[in-house]
Amino acid sequence: MELFGLFMYLLGFLAVALIYAIGCLGVNINWGFTGLFNVGVAGFFAVGAYSTAIVTSPPSPVHLGGFDLPIPVGLVAAIVFAGAVAWVVGRICLRLRSDYLAIATVGIAEILRLVFRNFESLGGGPFGVQRVPRPFESLPQPWSEIGFIVVLAVILLLLYVLIQRAWSAPWGRVLRAIRDNEEAAAAAGKNVEAFRLQAFVLGSAIMGLFGGLFALYTKTITPNAIEPLMVTFLPWVMLIVGGSGNNKGAILGAVAIWALWTMTEILTGLLPSDWASRAAFIRVFLIGLLLQIVLQRFPGGLLPEKPPIIRAPDEKHPDRA
Amino acid sequence: MISVRNLSKHFGGIQAVRDCSVEVERGSITGLIGPNGAGKSTLFNIIAGVFPPSNGTVTLDGEDVTGLKPHELFARGLVRTFQIAHEYSSMPVIENLMVPPPNQRGETLIWSWLQWGAVRRQEAEIRDKAEDVLAFLRLTDLKYELAGNLSGGQKKLLELGRTMMTDAKVVLLDEVGAGVNRTLLGELSTDIERLNRERGYTFFVIEHDMDLIARLCDPVIVMAQGTVLTQGSMADIRANEAVIEAYLGGGVPAETGPNAGPNAGPGGASEARPS
Repeated sequence: MELFGLFMYLLGFLAVALIYAIGCLGVNINWGFTGLFNVGVAGFFAVGAYSTAIVTSPPSPVHLGGFDLPIPVGLVAAIVFAGAVAWVVGRICLRLRSDYLAIATVGIAEILRLVFRNFESLGGGPFGVQRVPRPFESLPQPWSEIGFIVVLAVILLLLYVLIQRAWSAPWGRVLRAIRDNEEAAAAAGKNVEAFRLQAFVLGSAIMGLFGGLFALYTKTITPNAIEPLMVTFLPWVMLIVGGSGNNKGAILGAVAIWALWTMTEILTGLLPSDWASRAAFIRVFLIGLLLQIVLQRFPGGLLPEKPPIIRAPDEKHPDRA
Repeated sequence: MISVRNLSKHFGGIQAVRDCSVEVERGSITGLIGPNGAGKSTLFNIIAGVFPPSNGTVTLDGEDVTGLKPHELFARGLVRTFQIAHEYSSMPVIENLMVPPPNQRGETLIWSWLQWGAVRRQEAEIRDKAEDVLAFLRLTDLKYELAGNLSGGQKKLLELGRTMMTDAKVVLLDEVGAGVNRTLLGELSTDIERLNRERGYTFFVIEHDMDLIARLCDPVIVMAQGTVLTQGSMADIRANEAVIEAYLGGGVPAETGPNAGPNAGPGGASEARPS
């Protein structure tokens, strides 16, 4: 029974790590590819989570819907609505310099959180949306959990392939050029505003998917779940530690940081009870410390950005260190 | 080719360019010289669409292009280099050159997913072209080096190389020789002459190096105090007292001739202007 408990714990860990990895890929498109300082991940997460929850949950007298639609429809809704919100925000804010974009996105995330908390007929107020279905929930454990993990792994793999391809294509090259030197990219004929908007919308739509999957996994979404520490700060740390600009790094960072985060939970659980109330702060402190160490030792992250390989068919590519 | 009419630009209280009119003839290498703060770079930035003028018009090949954005001007055949090299520092040299070609299929997100084969084929063509440009600039050995690691002079060559990746009609070179050593500078001016002769590029060149100007440019336009002082061949310019006056300012009384006039303000005042 002990072993089964540990196994279930590991499965739970893996599911959340995969969900974070998906969110981290979204942050990577914004920051890693394009240099967009979007620290409003929580806002797009919230839009995605509530979209999926409202679309898939059974009808409720409290909030909008639910519409009791199939889960894939709920996830598409998360992507579409988060992308649409990002399009509106991007049209207004993307001309701002990066530090102002950061302030604007933080503000918008907070506004969205307050809207979901207070607009009861939309999001159910402080109790949020309950009874969100979860894929394979009718199966016995551990098969239910494993089924969900398989779904997550397939989505992550598909996203990775698509994003990696776009990154190594001229589309990604233009984004990197804009990130490195916006003026020179404009002088090279690229419509900087249009490309930045595309990257912002795509990245934010994936953050919406991140929220939608989270709502499915926890079977509920409440305003309290939209915690900037957990859904903005953590994905950012994951990306920086894993390797900004590198999709594999984003995934590795998500798994590594989530492992650390859950392990510190075990650690702080061993502390004397009068310390227990401080445990949450100790975890944040440890994550911050790790971020400092990684930035010192590996400025580019664990897997730094590596330009795509460009070579003639008959040419052997030299190793780039 | 480029025709600037009665252009003015002020930044707050500073009048950087005032009522300036300039013609750049097709097929020429036209030089633009003048003391610091004369308004040369402001004029360049307006032509290149970095910011709109306060007054006046710019026409390119007969079309009014005043106030167009840089990428819109690029589409009309106008490319530029920057006074301080603007490389894409975290990208390899060869990728730096692969950015400018227009109409790349893979720049559309959806085609990068759905037409991977076509994107790859086009990439191979662009790559071959980039290899040719690297050979032309003698940078082939550095093609996989990150552009941020190049020397200042090599970055300037890369800037020139980016203009060669397009079908440019007119190229604005902003101090292409600054920070480049003598040997490399000689090669650079040979390259510019070849591009002018073999590809028919029109060049408009800001330069402080008078030897380079004398070698490449005819005519030469002299700016001072935000407007055109005079223009002509380098020999004419060298003999022109007003030009000497503008460069040396009013602070050299022994040489001050009767032509000094109100144009020749003290050098210190013009230093404040953005250039």
